Amino acid sequence: MMLSVIYAILFYAATLLLIVGVGRKIAIYARTPAPLKIPTTPAPITKAGVVWRMTKEVTVFQSLFKSNKWTWLFGWVFHVALALVLLRHLRYFQEPVWTVVALIQPFGKYAAFAMLAGLAGLWARRFLVDRVRYITNLSDHLMLALLVAIGISGLGIKFVSHTDIVSLKAFVQGLMYFDLQPLPSDGFLLVHLTLVLILMVVFPISKLLHVPGLFFMPTRNQVDNPREVRHTAGWTAE
Amino acid sequence: MAAKFDTPELFENIAVIDPPPKYEEGAMAHSRPFVAKPAHNEGIGYPGELVDNWEEKAVTRLGELVDGSRALRTFLDSCVKCGACTDKCHYFLGTKDPKNMPVARQDLLRSIYRRYYTFAGKHFPKLVGARDMDKSVLDEWYSYFHQCSQCRRCSVFCPYGIDTAEISMAAREIMDSVGLGQKYCNEILAKVHVVGNNLGLPEPALADTLEGLEEDVEEDTGVAIRFPLDVKGADVLLITPSADFFAEPHIDGLIGYAKVFHQAGISWTLSSYASEAANFSMFIGSGDNLKKVAMRIRDAAIDLGVKRIIVGECGHAWRVAYSFWNTLAGPFDFLDPKYPAPQHIVEFTYDLIQRGALNLDKEANDHRRITFHDSCNVARASRMGDMPGGQFILPREVIKAAANNFFDMAPETIHENTFCCGGGGGLLTDDLMELRVKGAMPRMQALKQVVDDHDVNTLVAICAICKTQFAKTLPYYNNPMSMITSLHHVVGDAIQLGTKE
Repeated sequence: MMLSVIYAILFYAATLLLIVGVGRKIAIYARTPAPLKIPTTPAPITKAGVVWRMTKEVTVFQSLFKSNKWTWLFGWVFHVALALVLLRHLRYFQEPVWTVVALIQPFGKYAAFAMLAGLAGLWARRFLVDRVRYITNLSDHLMLALLVAIGISGLGIKFVSHTDIVSLKAFVQGLMYFDLQPLPSDGFLLVHLTLVLILMVVFPISKLLHVPGLFFMPTRNQVDNPREVRHTAGWTAE
Repeated sequence: MAAKFDTPELFENIAVIDPPPKYEEGAMAHSRPFVAKPAHNEGIGYPGELVDNWEEKAVTRLGELVDGSRALRTFLDSCVKCGACTDKCHYFLGTKDPKNMPVARQDLLRSIYRRYYTFAGKHFPKLVGARDMDKSVLDEWYSYFHQCSQCRRCSVFCPYGIDTAEISMAAREIMDSVGLGQKYCNEILAKVHVVGNNLGLPEPALADTLEGLEEDVEEDTGVAIRFPLDVKGADVLLITPSADFFAEPHIDGLIGYAKVFHQAGISWTLSSYASEAANFSMFIGSGDNLKKVAMRIRDAAIDLGVKRIIVGECGHAWRVAYSFWNTLAGPFDFLDPKYPAPQHIVEFTYDLIQRGALNLDKEANDHRRITFHDSCNVARASRMGDMPGGQFILPREVIKAAANNFFDMAPETIHENTFCCGGGGGLLTDDLMELRVKGAMPRMQALKQVVDDHDVNTLVAICAICKTQFAKTLPYYNNPMSMITSLHHVVGDAIQLGTKE
């Protein structure tokens, strides 16, 4: 039970840090003015056009596709697989489980392999492409190591040494409703959860800020209409 | 003058060198433009020389800039080092210096941002590549932030749209604010504030030049074409780069504009007070100067009582005019609302052609086999016409209306993928000749392909900087200097004077 208490406290703390940390960053991004019109053109001339441009960037990584096919392939496969895996994990938080989450379970199970393959490709580029090697910091390797380890430990739970997922779900539900339940003390599970805790804490202070940051980039989210609509903000509004 | 250097080698039958070169550490570490004299810096509101405690002041200024710019803040936070930009910069491709890869250039500043303004950089600097602000950092900034022409090509290819131009503007603003300025930009900008143009050409000299031009053109064509200056009540105020008044091939463009106005029968004027479209304040990231120079144009337009403002062939000037004027010097509600404010000379000529207001003889240009260089600030930072990408369509349509032989360069090197001429962003100075020649390489490679395949002999541009840069660098790549010309030179040669007016 001691273990369950420790993990419960850690999860509450990590969740708080994640929400407060990312929320704070989003508030800062929203508050910081964009004094000039700087969309990278050709850019949409309507708001709907901007929504479409952003949708393509977020869902199919349009600019990256144009830029580098290998990085796009590995990066896109990783992100899509990660999305499936995250959706699959929703079942621990839901009772009853949503139909869509139930439906993707079989795909989500194997998406972990795709996720690892994507990560392996991205990591390989950091060693094999001289230019990418040059710009890589130690933190870039550590981030990949963390994600790979989360994937492998997760696969360990699924395919090597099963954990008692009924108890696990009870533990997670307990966390949600402040009714602490015992956490199964299996090796793979504890490693997996610990690494996820680290990821949650690191998120708001790392390059993972590209997730909220992407939506605030003036080069992508501004409408190209400076002659029609007078734009002022920050020092240009003074 | 710069030490000897080798001009990069071009290859047969390709538009872009692929795979990109292996990097050579420190290949351009020696490149440094002349430092501004105290008078240049003070003339535009900066300390004359490196101030005391400059390390601290630079860090403070960085914080202020980040607080004032959503772009800068998200750009510095969000890069994941994916490497998509690493082979996109013409300076990297031409010099092979890894610090000319866009992300590496950004990291020169990001490393300082992280050290002083992020949790990870404050507590684990080694891990995230954060470093203290010191003399070696400042030296590196001065060298490599003057190896970026702010062309935005990297921003097209970045999955998030991170624009290195914004980062290099910020770095130059920080350096200026602690008293380390670049001579070329700051000296020129100081002249604009005092005299009204980059050349420091005062009103009498400008009037003389234009008068001489009227005589030359009349001698050439037999038609009295006016080059009006400070004419109150004219319909159009033309704001054009001052290079158009004297430099080759720019002046042929100016003659072309005058012929267009002449045949269309639209009254126009230049202003001696605002005799400059260029606004180098953008290059050094200075908001105060940007606004001050833009206000000169508003004041001149009100003073002269014009109905429209048209901007001549100049890349960064069009960006400032199209994207920033309304913000900085607007609203332009005193102009005729029937026309966009401002309008590009190419939009103007294009509309006249659509309306059949110009008689163009394409055969007059049959000795030319033409290709078109998309200037970066027009291509990636502005627009022409009423649809996205109009900035690519309109100039080409104007050329095709005035000439029979047109051949585009390879698609991966034109439109929003265009390669910078190598001289933009405040680098068009002789003390950076090695950088300029090497930075021109990707454009020259694509040009070589159309020269070899289609016997192209004319490179048309709509930017004063591109024109000067190409006039200087074309010969290094075994092309004649005269290959580069103005778009309105081609138009002007095709106009059949005396058939409409």
